[in-house]
Amino acid sequence: MSKPKVGFYWCASCGGCEEAVVDLAEDILKIVEAVEIAFWPVALDFKRADVEAMKDGELAACFVNGAIRTSEQEEMAELLRKKSKLLIAFGSCSHLGGVPGLANLWDRQAIFDYVYKEAPSVTNPEGVVPQERLQLGSNGYALTLPSFRDSVRTLDQTVEVDYYLPGCPPPVKLIANAVAAILEGKLPPKGTVLAPDKALCEECPRKPTKPDKLALTELKRPHQIQIDSQKCLLAQGLLCLGPATRSGCGAPCVSANMPCTGCLGPTSRVKDYGAKALSAIASLIDAEDEKEIARLMEQIVDPVGTFYRYSLPASLLHRRVKKSGGAQA
Amino acid sequence: MTREVVIDPITRLEGHGKIDIFLDATGNVEKAFFQVPELRGFEKFVVGRPAEDMPQITSRICGVCPTAHHMAATKALDDLYKVEPPSAAKKIRELVYSAFVVEDHALHFFFLGGPDFVVGPTAPKAQRNILGVLSKVGLEIGREVISVRKQLRDLISLAGGKVIHPVFGLPGGISKALTPQDQEQFIAGAERAVKFGLFCLEIFQDVVLKNKQYVETITSETYTHKTYYMGLVDDQNRVNFYDGQLRVVDPNGKEFLQFKVQDYLNHIAEHVEPWSYIKFCYLKDVGWKGFVDGPESGVYAVAPLARLNAAEGMATPKAQEAYKEFYKTLGGKPVHHTLANHWARLIELLYAAERMQELANDPEITSPNVRTIPTATPKEGIGVVEAPRGTLIHHYQTDERGIITKANLIVATQNNAARIAMSVDKAARGVIRGGKIDDGILNLVEIAFRAYDPCHGCATHALPGQMPLIVRVYDNHRNLVREIRRD
Amino acid sequence: MSEQWEPRIVAFFCTWCTYTAADLAGISRMTYAPNARIVRVMCSGRIDPQFVLKALADGADGVLIGGCHPGDCHYQAGNYKALRRYILLKRVLTEMGIEPERVRLEWISASEGDRVQKVMNEMAEQIRKLGPLQLERPSQPHRLLAKEFEVIAVRGGAR
Ligand code: SF4
Ligand code: SF4
Ligand code: SF4
Ligand code: FES
Repeated sequence: MSKPKVGFYWCASCGGCEEAVVDLAEDILKIVEAVEIAFWPVALDFKRADVEAMKDGELAACFVNGAIRTSEQEEMAELLRKKSKLLIAFGSCSHLGGVPGLANLWDRQAIFDYVYKEAPSVTNPEGVVPQERLQLGSNGYALTLPSFRDSVRTLDQTVEVDYYLPGCPPPVKLIANAVAAILEGKLPPKGTVLAPDKALCEECPRKPTKPDKLALTELKRPHQIQIDSQKCLLAQGLLCLGPATRSGCGAPCVSANMPCTGCLGPTSRVKDYGAKALSAIASLIDAEDEKEIARLMEQIVDPVGTFYRYSLPASLLHRRVKKSGGAQA
Repeated sequence: MTREVVIDPITRLEGHGKIDIFLDATGNVEKAFFQVPELRGFEKFVVGRPAEDMPQITSRICGVCPTAHHMAATKALDDLYKVEPPSAAKKIRELVYSAFVVEDHALHFFFLGGPDFVVGPTAPKAQRNILGVLSKVGLEIGREVISVRKQLRDLISLAGGKVIHPVFGLPGGISKALTPQDQEQFIAGAERAVKFGLFCLEIFQDVVLKNKQYVETITSETYTHKTYYMGLVDDQNRVNFYDGQLRVVDPNGKEFLQFKVQDYLNHIAEHVEPWSYIKFCYLKDVGWKGFVDGPESGVYAVAPLARLNAAEGMATPKAQEAYKEFYKTLGGKPVHHTLANHWARLIELLYAAERMQELANDPEITSPNVRTIPTATPKEGIGVVEAPRGTLIHHYQTDERGIITKANLIVATQNNAARIAMSVDKAARGVIRGGKIDDGILNLVEIAFRAYDPCHGCATHALPGQMPLIVRVYDNHRNLVREIRRD
Repeated sequence: MSEQWEPRIVAFFCTWCTYTAADLAGISRMTYAPNARIVRVMCSGRIDPQFVLKALADGADGVLIGGCHPGDCHYQAGNYKALRRYILLKRVLTEMGIEPERVRLEWISASEGDRVQKVMNEMAEQIRKLGPLQLERPSQPHRLLAKEFEVIAVRGGAR
């Protein structure tokens, strides 16, 4: 009997998700025994043409990390969708848009202007900006650069996705479990996020110190206080997003004495992580006077960046249509 | 009439790197363009975020060297809040950072760049990978590499929370102290790292230096550029990854500049070309003269070879031995051979391991005092580290609440971008003659830039790692006559 | 935009006060701008910020939230909860490029039918001034935006 074929691919990725797969270390050898890795450009020399030559559905599963930003990434997502029985969004970027998805607060034009003209180290008196198509000098050098979409998108805003592996990057344990589940054919319903469907607080070692009813009268930023290394961070006034975040990582950030920033995203009933997290934190504020509420809320200095750190492109609002300035996608 | 050759994309897959080579009518190279075709715009979208989130946000620029961005950002925060971390915190940061340098350099040597040399620059491409390395050096060694890396990465997680995207850096220190048990683990890891470092150098001696043909390739003109070199040095001008002053030596190896990173804008500038998304750094003091080498051109290099050239030695004994050996063998300072980066990288690996050992054994690292709470009103902060791939600078401006209003990042590969472009151009000229182009160009051109371990993940916030290639050959009427591809 | 465009407003009204007030306005034949679709919820404290986003994402140009006056909430503090979320949500919307005036919170008691009239008219006017809210849709939105969500919203915010 031939082994099931598996693929790995990355789109707009930092490479951390690939490293996470490599960090499976010994476990990866077990996986390699059970499956045939038919496509993994970072490690193996298979080409896009090899994928194109496959039968539809030939890959039993394909894991795709990174968000979607370019037309090439869209094409690859579509190709892999066709060739894979199961398509798995791997990591926050693919699942929810990820940290680079915060770029959706600006358009391409704004980014270009800053990077190539306004940044303090740039010397660019003629205002040169990279061009997608360019005829350079009298020698007739014709050069091109790929064009980029105005927005960052999640994988499932591009093609249909069967499962999600959450996290930035996904915790090694969850990766191993997911692979085992696929191999054993013990998969939950389509669309499931392959991680426990409970809040992070449930698996947090500090949970016993988290009061049943939190009433925050002051919010703190991590650099402002000596952080108690035992007590629930939220109870210390730090914006720990544990209550709004899915468990499965083992709370490594909390173990390092820093608040959870929510990379595993929401539990299954929540459609918009940011709105949920916002709501969870707002509910804990102990104030009724409008001015006092406003004062406390001001202590959350960056609501979008805090609540949508990993999920802006997946927000229900997606983004506003550009009125001007930004080149359209 | 010119003809065009396109090598596309250089990075691992679709759209992350590209080389266009134009031939003249006789089929010789007229001009080669090294293109980086992606940009993610971190500098823009960090605006509005709280400064203290920078170590975690900017680490997402690159998942291969997240610790470098994390640390540069954390140091920029120290400067932003004008706060001095307790000595234990600084030591722990450098300890973790050293562990990171060891494991990252090991990754490059065995997985990415090393195969070119351990297996051989002209070996069939199917063998020029980690498996080829293993068949040459033995499977147990492969297991050792994987296991050493794992141990070091676990140590980074232990102190930093996560190894891919650590969380422990704060202005004025780190979030968590180390326990005596943690210290023991670090001591054990460091000891192993030092042995591993020595062992890597041995492999290099045996496999590369004893092979005359390899040495000839390394020292050949095709892979040589006489440029300036930059790197961080300590107060005795020795290589340092975590802290110090930036030192620049000229193409003759003489000190040209030494400055605090806070002055970087007086010395480093970025040039924009319309044909690449990457920006090209140059020395302001010399000026941008185009893609040329020599003392008149502001082009400079960073990363292992540059760091060794820019310093006067290594701060640890075994690495210092290796350093001397390096210059003795290659004919004195500075060494201009791009491919010597591979050797330099292993000397640095050994240094980082020894440094790790010193710090791990320091009794102070279990001190509970690892935070100084900042009190100053923030305004502007600049931080620097030597990332494995070269000098990395983070520069932030904030409002009085510490919200980022402006950010500027100078990343390793950008410092090297001009020289990489030149290396590619020169390698192309060296191997393409009279319109004759075969698959060999892939190897040889690839080798030219892989020696830098260029990380476009960092440079453009796209992708790091191994690079696929497509060569497109155009005749002088611009018709595609040949395509060679390696995804 | 074409002249036919009419502001679309979704109004989440607490059943104990504002919804009753809207009823009263109706019975009293007070006329007001017909742009709003009213969704009855048990308490303003039950309005998940996701409902607001969902309404906007599904084509509303503005969202109105109505609850009992401070101190009058049937569930004691639901309206304070709503206020806290509302203040934070407005900041998020602003940063996402959406005019904060598109979302409004008002305390309207059961007897204030005339206030419903006034607020509805003002809101319609406000949104008319701002124009349609155009959100960019992902080119192929495969994350099928939750049918169950619709149900929650229409049922009135009970979870
Ligand atoms: S999810 Fe995190 S680790 Fe994975 S590619 Fe995105 S930023 Fe990198
Ligand atoms: S709020 Fe944070 S620290 Fe507290 S129990 Fe939840 S995850 Fe742990
Ligand atoms: S603690 Fe939070 S931020 Fe950290 S890994 Fe877990 S989910 Fe992600
Ligand atoms: S019952 Fe009306 S707001 Fe709570």
